[in-house]
Amino acid sequence: MAQHKVNYTQNAGLPVALTTIDKVVNWGRSNSLWALTYGLACCGIEMMASGASRYDFDRYGTIFRASPRQADVMVVAGTLTKKHAEFIKRLYDQMTEPRWVISMGSCANTGGMFNTYATVQGVDRIIPVDLYLPGCAPRPETLQYGVMLLQKKIRSEKAIKNQKAKRLM
Amino acid sequence: MRAYTPKDDVQAKPYYTDRFYVAPQVPKQDVESDELFAADLAAIKAKFEVLEAYIQVEQMVVYINAKDNYGVLELLRDELEYTQLSEMSAIDWLAKNNQFEIFYQMLSMGKRKRIRIKCFIDKDEAVNSVEKLFRSADWSEREMYDMFGVKVNNHPFMKRILMPYDWEGFPLLKTYPLEGDEFAQWYEVDKIYGKEARDIIGAEIRDTARVDRYDSERFGRLGHEVPKGTKITGNEPKTPLAYQEEGGVFMIDRFDEEKSVIITDRDR
Repeated sequence: MAQHKVNYTQNAGLPVALTTIDKVVNWGRSNSLWALTYGLACCGIEMMASGASRYDFDRYGTIFRASPRQADVMVVAGTLTKKHAEFIKRLYDQMTEPRWVISMGSCANTGGMFNTYATVQGVDRIIPVDLYLPGCAPRPETLQYGVMLLQKKIRSEKAIKNQKAKRLM
Repeated sequence: MRAYTPKDDVQAKPYYTDRFYVAPQVPKQDVESDELFAADLAAIKAKFEVLEAYIQVEQMVVYINAKDNYGVLELLRDELEYTQLSEMSAIDWLAKNNQFEIFYQMLSMGKRKRIRIKCFIDKDEAVNSVEKLFRSADWSEREMYDMFGVKVNNHPFMKRILMPYDWEGFPLLKTYPLEGDEFAQWYEVDKIYGKEARDIIGAEIRDTARVDRYDSERFGRLGHEVPKGTKITGNEPKTPLAYQEEGGVFMIDRFDEEKSVIITDRDR
């Protein structure tokens, strides 16, 4: 028998919260969005600033991981070169489902100012993207807002439904 | 190289710039005007054939035969104190005379002088590697091959340095389009998904500033967002900044825009 004398029935209820499976799973998913460190260029600096103490991503549950196998969201921060394209695909494939992608900054969105032979004109040519953040580079506030929007998007998804894996094709 | 078009209306179109504008030459001085350079040139001339030599912007430029490049650089390094190869690469003159110009920029810390050794090679000719003399030439020669396709004899690792190994084409040639040839434009799609995916993924959109406000699949109007695929009529209702859905979020306080405060004093 427990030694404590907590009265479970006070306030007319047990310490039980009733919710739906969808809500509780999505609550867990959306508040522990572990991000894959993917700083490819100067946007990576803003991404690091978002993770550091001033903007403090940890309070959203967003912790940067160095391995795609531990990550839920890939923040593509910077210019993707054609030489690197196969690696972003490989890292994306190594992430476990469900997974999300934030395309951060003009270069990742559209190729940006690098209208050249060596730059991929938008990472959505390689992997499916959930969120595009405008800016060159976007401020940490933009990335914070983006993560909050992504959380909102995750909350609106059906958690239990047999999810179709996201594929570009 | 693209066809030359007359530029008689340059004044009428001040925004127009000629990509292949050739800058007027800086005045050249005789090598005899500088004692150190004159001595260096005499030492080179004693062993090798010198085609042309002059001083330009306080640096001596020496044209030699391409086959002598290793010998001349060895002489400069071992006997004339030019101990550093600051830079080397090629210049594309294929349109002019089907030749590449190879330059070696040498620095002498002792003499406080710079010499540029230049030579011409034909399009399919190779140059001798100077990697045994200067380690800095290792990557420079690889880059020269990568960007211009100039092959280098006796190089220990003659592979591309910047572009992928399976790349086709040499991007710094003047005939190479800035946005890439067909191989470059489809490189990542071909490599990852295969050629049959070209139709599905589609060609690159090179106008990165393109915004189509009637395309709700790809674009959203800030503050007037609509669900994907909605037909845009022009009078979309204003959508307030919402971090959370209407019903609130489990265990998280609802953000109230009315109650939020904008901090203007940074030092509060």
